[in-house]
Amino acid sequence: MLSAQNFGDSGKMKEYHYTGPVEHRFSPYTFNGGTVLAVAGEDFAIVASDTRLSEGYSIHSRDSPKCYKLTDTTVIGCSGFHGDCLTLTKIIDARLKMYKHSNNKTMTSGAIAAMLSTILYGRRFFPYYVYNIIGGLDEEGKGAVYSFDPVGSYQRDTYKAGGSASAMLQPLLDNQIGFKNMEGVQHVPLSQEKAVQLVKDVFISAAERDVYTGDALRICVITKEGINEQTIPLRKD
Amino acid sequence: MALQELCSQDQGRTRWSSGNMFGSNYQSDSSFSSSRCLFHFYIPVADYLDESPVQFGQISAAQSCSSVFSQDSILTSFSVPGDPRPLSAAASSQSVPLPFPHSHGTTTLAFMFQGGVLAAADTRSSCSGLVACPSSQKILPIHSHMVGTTSGTSADCALWKRILSRELRLYQLRHGRSLSTRGAAKLLSHMLHPFKGTELCVAATLCGWDGGEVDGRHDDDGCMVRTENVEKPEDTRLEKTQSSSSTQPNAANSSSSGPSLVYVCSDGTRLQGTLFSVGSGSPYAYSILDQEVRWELTLQEATAIAREAVYRATHRDAYSGNHVDIYHITSTGWTRRDREDLKEEYYRERERRERRLRRDATSV
Repeated sequence: MLSAQNFGDSGKMKEYHYTGPVEHRFSPYTFNGGTVLAVAGEDFAIVASDTRLSEGYSIHSRDSPKCYKLTDTTVIGCSGFHGDCLTLTKIIDARLKMYKHSNNKTMTSGAIAAMLSTILYGRRFFPYYVYNIIGGLDEEGKGAVYSFDPVGSYQRDTYKAGGSASAMLQPLLDNQIGFKNMEGVQHVPLSQEKAVQLVKDVFISAAERDVYTGDALRICVITKEGINEQTIPLRKD
Repeated sequence: MALQELCSQDQGRTRWSSGNMFGSNYQSDSSFSSSRCLFHFYIPVADYLDESPVQFGQISAAQSCSSVFSQDSILTSFSVPGDPRPLSAAASSQSVPLPFPHSHGTTTLAFMFQGGVLAAADTRSSCSGLVACPSSQKILPIHSHMVGTTSGTSADCALWKRILSRELRLYQLRHGRSLSTRGAAKLLSHMLHPFKGTELCVAATLCGWDGGEVDGRHDDDGCMVRTENVEKPEDTRLEKTQSSSSTQPNAANSSSSGPSLVYVCSDGTRLQGTLFSVGSGSPYAYSILDQEVRWELTLQEATAIAREAVYRATHRDAYSGNHVDIYHITSTGWTRRDREDLKEEYYRERERRERRLRRDATSV
């Protein structure tokens, strides 16, 4: 039996000892787990997420991917509170349609990122509890990754991990893609095959150590030919 | 209220295109440029808003929270009646406990010297113990002659700087001259005032060079004091001007032109000064700056001092680190020094210390 107190935090286990009478409040947020990752290459971008939807000790679904296709060149990955993820993606889709109808062109990745920043900030005092990462191709055809915090602060990166296992994955990506803190290595640019393999390995490691990550991995590879999706199984325990 | 209209265009847009807001004059056309409604003539800037496909805030064109723009009160009628959660600052301040922490913690500094204004900041953006971003940009250009250092919640700072850029541009279009740094600071302070008491946290120093169009004087050294409106770049965030810093700037002590430095905080503080440091690492930075900063510094000396101050602060403050950004503002605009990784500096410092120890050991 879980108290409402447990809903508000990042999902870590709380100490079960008696500290005195505790007032419980209804929290409108809950944490549904999941990890999202995006990598930008020379002419491709990869957005990957696990497909587990959990809450506390339970798994609600093993097939709930967190990447959503926005346009032919942009995919967004949303992790955090699933209710807010769904609403946010619906709002983004509606705004994309409105833009398409009034400007007669699809939104570029950079424009979607800027728009999402203001959508998120519009709820500054009751935020969407969602960690977003947008992956796509910019106007020149180069890969672009935009990472957000829940209130709309964003910037363009080369790679970013978000969600429950982000603290485990981000240092690994810093080392393997960013070549940070390594002496005497050659900085080779990432090829698409290597990037996909790296993403698979990284998620397998995350599933080992993070309880909220697992079940399956959905990878979306965005190139100028289109979006290619693949699903790879992960640990189910 | 203010922010809700600013950012949530959803309901506002559909109303605009359905045309039931302003009666028969209104053409129900989704493209902005063809809408010709009577009320537009009251506000000269409306055409500009119609033509440019600005993505946010154009419906409720100005901050309705600000009493400065009284002529825009007509536009506040756009406020969406069916809004379930009006963004009244007082009501929603502590009602919902957040499940995540905001990003805080920084070292930023700015000071004036004979060569203009120098602004420096670290690049670490931390979020309760985790480094959310090791390479964030904490000094944001507002226009070609003004930058603002940001401290506090990064989303708040980024967005309010953006709003400030837009409002300065609108002021320039409406009144035919650009706002001074002090004016911009006052504007920002008044825009933030309705959010006092909420968890909004913005502590910025605005560093700029004012044009001084009042007298239109020229400096004898050949440094031109601009009399026309300063150019404002389209994309103020990412631009990096190539203009070289002015060689012999006028040591302008007059209030109408020259370098200017104002500190604005979301709790209502607004201070003009010659030296500020903001953030969790500011005590460490202040100790270096108070010792070294004088008016007569050269650019190289000033840059070295700013860099040293940020370096010492990042060494001692856990929430500051990674790189240092330095911006220099003169009468010709701002220039940006390449971002420098302070990790290398730490190793160089250690080497210097070892060499000194060895030298002392051998000389004894």
